[in-house]
Amino acid sequence: MKIPEPRGPITSTLFRALTCTPGSDDGAAAVEDLRLLATPKAYKDIIGDDDVQLALFCLYELHYSGLEGVSDEWEWEPGLIHLRRLMERPFEAALRAAAASAAGEINVPPAAELTSDAVADILFGLAASDTGPSVSRFVAKKATLDQLQEFLIHKSIYQLKEADPHTWAIPRLTGRPKAALVEIQADEYGGGRPERMHSALFARTMRGLDMDDQYGAYVDAVPAVSLAAVNMMSLFGLNRRLRGAITGHLALYEMTSSQPNRLYGNGFRRHGFDAEVTRYFDEHVEADAVHEQIAGRDLAGGLVEAEPGLLADVLFGATAAMAIDGRMSTHLLASWENGVTSLRAAVPAAA
Amino acid sequence: MNQEPAESSIVVCPDGPLIVRGDFDIVTPSGTPVPRQRQTVALCRCGASAIKPYCDGTHKMIKFRTEPPAT
Repeated sequence: MKIPEPRGPITSTLFRALTCTPGSDDGAAAVEDLRLLATPKAYKDIIGDDDVQLALFCLYELHYSGLEGVSDEWEWEPGLIHLRRLMERPFEAALRAAAASAAGEINVPPAAELTSDAVADILFGLAASDTGPSVSRFVAKKATLDQLQEFLIHKSIYQLKEADPHTWAIPRLTGRPKAALVEIQADEYGGGRPERMHSALFARTMRGLDMDDQYGAYVDAVPAVSLAAVNMMSLFGLNRRLRGAITGHLALYEMTSSQPNRLYGNGFRRHGFDAEVTRYFDEHVEADAVHEQIAGRDLAGGLVEAEPGLLADVLFGATAAMAIDGRMSTHLLASWENGVTSLRAAVPAAA
Repeated sequence: MNQEPAESSIVVCPDGPLIVRGDFDIVTPSGTPVPRQRQTVALCRCGASAIKPYCDGTHKMIKFRTEPPAT
């Protein structure tokens, strides 16, 4: 993707660094400026902080497909890893706080009874308790064509690289949970058929609405919370110590997917779109009914059976996903019900 | 008894579908293949799926239970 528009002092300095050659005098000067900018501080709302979330998003992107015109050498440049960690710590703390308030009381059985099915039961219970505002019902019944496009814009930040953040966890797992994750991911990646990759199906849906399906094309348009949802997955996926959280996140995602996707598909059908456009959603109704069982029982459940100490992080990953999704849904519905856009107003960079 | 695992397996998910894995065909009574998009499938067991024979997660909405209620 292209380097986005900066959203504050961290991103403007970061993008200045990224256009330099790593190790050059200009690059080193920019990295030093970054170090000073990102010194630990109390963020009022880091999940909603545009500058921090965009900086994290671009730093993580160096580990995915990279940024246009940016040297691949930046990926492991110590100054950038340091900057990332300075922002990840308060971001993780904010996610833990949001997750704790989303979770409520969770009844956890005694350790001896913590079978994989018991872990799946807890996760299914959490997913069922998520009675927040429903974007899927709004999309099914009310969304205008413009709102459907906005919906795709928010989703495109993740869905055009769907499954990639969870793939980081594969080498961190062994045995049953590893086999489970590989089985799910193989399906996400089309079972050997590139045109059936979920990211490719999503791109096809976007093209059906005459939208740009290039990865990252709409990054400038989305608010911080849309970036935070993806940064959360990258944080969980790229830190081995959080392998419990990434499995809990995936399980919760799969468990809250089948029925909403049926409703999303209905919203596009209501506007006269055919199976070419709705295939992405139709596919998820069926696929995620398979994945939720495997993710709950074999992946998250199997991991907790092997490493019981990871239960708390599995639940953290699941409830953090609920919390951020809930915040996203509240934002979308509040915007749409008031007849305003949920996208970011084009604001000039405050450098 | 020590034996090789079978080629295919059916996982009986509590309160949920049957997960079928391995080498198998899904066909109508006359032998016509049922359209299938994936290697491992979840077969509906609650009867309420809108995409039978596959599961669509509706069992969660209707509170489908595979065990009789405790007395």
